[in-house]
Amino acid sequence: MSGLQLTAGAAGARILGFGSYRPRRRVTNDELAQTMDTNDEWIQARVGIAERRWAEPDETLLEMSAAAGGKALAASGLDASEVDLVLLASASLPRPIPGLAPEVAHRLGAQRPGAFDLNAGCAGWCYALSAAADAIRSGSARNALVIGGERLTDYTDLTDRTTAVIFADGAGAAVLGPSDSPGVGPVVWGSDGDQSSAIAIPEGEKAMSMAGQAVYRWATTRLTATLLTAMERAGVGPEDIDVFAPHQANLRIVELMAKRLRLPERTVIARDIVRSGNTSSASVPLALSALLESGEAKSGDIALLLGYGAGLTFAGQVVVLP
Amino acid sequence: MSEDIQTGLAEILEEVAGVAPADATPEKSFTEDLDVDSLSMVEIATAVEDKFGVAIPDDELANIKTVGDAMSYIQKNKA
Repeated sequence: MSGLQLTAGAAGARILGFGSYRPRRRVTNDELAQTMDTNDEWIQARVGIAERRWAEPDETLLEMSAAAGGKALAASGLDASEVDLVLLASASLPRPIPGLAPEVAHRLGAQRPGAFDLNAGCAGWCYALSAAADAIRSGSARNALVIGGERLTDYTDLTDRTTAVIFADGAGAAVLGPSDSPGVGPVVWGSDGDQSSAIAIPEGEKAMSMAGQAVYRWATTRLTATLLTAMERAGVGPEDIDVFAPHQANLRIVELMAKRLRLPERTVIARDIVRSGNTSSASVPLALSALLESGEAKSGDIALLLGYGAGLTFAGQVVVLP
Repeated sequence: MSEDIQTGLAEILEEVAGVAPADATPEKSFTEDLDVDSLSMVEIATAVEDKFGVAIPDDELANIKTVGDAMSYIQKNKA
């Protein structure tokens, strides 16, 4: 035999709609300053966070992910039964077995879709977006739901001022479908596993620790090339970028990246970290949802995305907003 | 040579942390006198690496407390 038969895929994939879920409880810097040695000025100057959301017990990863997924489905105009692939990017799953994506998919009413969790740290949602777009292109799926959901507070020592002021909870999602005109560009992804301990739960411990200077150095020196390559592979330049939405790890990293890319004045830069904190794999879809809701970003805008974090992992791509 | 280093370092300090060049004198402590925080130190280190062709790993960076420390480090490790 000369080889196996393959399914026909779509010319490209595009994002049809976004949705998000922000936990009810707002936690301000002043509130944190009551229980630990920190203050609003210090936090704003170092990481740019004014407030963040912390999930309450009933706002489980399942509930938040399903809520964001449901809103993305509503925005896309698709019914859950039309989704045949559900990916949940998360670095804060409540348990190793079973995975959560099948339960989220069931909750939403999807009919026996392919479903799996994906952990690529804070780069998870951008990894999952690429995997879903490739599945649609190859014919493995027709419509996909890509969720980034985190309850990082479950894995944060909420009395540790080096991490408690940064990490937060939430979920964001997008629905993807086939398109003759591609709306998800080629991914530029990779990993630097020699720095696996830079963001980690150390052995025998229950909470994350982060080598802040090392991560800051890596993010501000190694990822500009990733972004430039992502634009080049998608056939666009900095002057074409309407929206820049990198992972919301630290406002200073966001600003430095934007400066190094020489993005035009008109480019809308996602600064959702100011009110959401660092929500790992939820941060990019949360930021994009907020920009679309506020009208700062519009349908048809070209957005440059970048996820990066624990692993260390990174993934950048250019997308067209729905 | 060391004047070139001091001038180059002062330019970096002005660009990264808004330090007036006249304030970038050897005895000044980055954190105590010049209000440079730990993340700006990383930016200064990477800018120094680019400008002078020296490598400043994080563990070496931790020992650089003053402008003079940085100048000696650059002088010693310059290619």
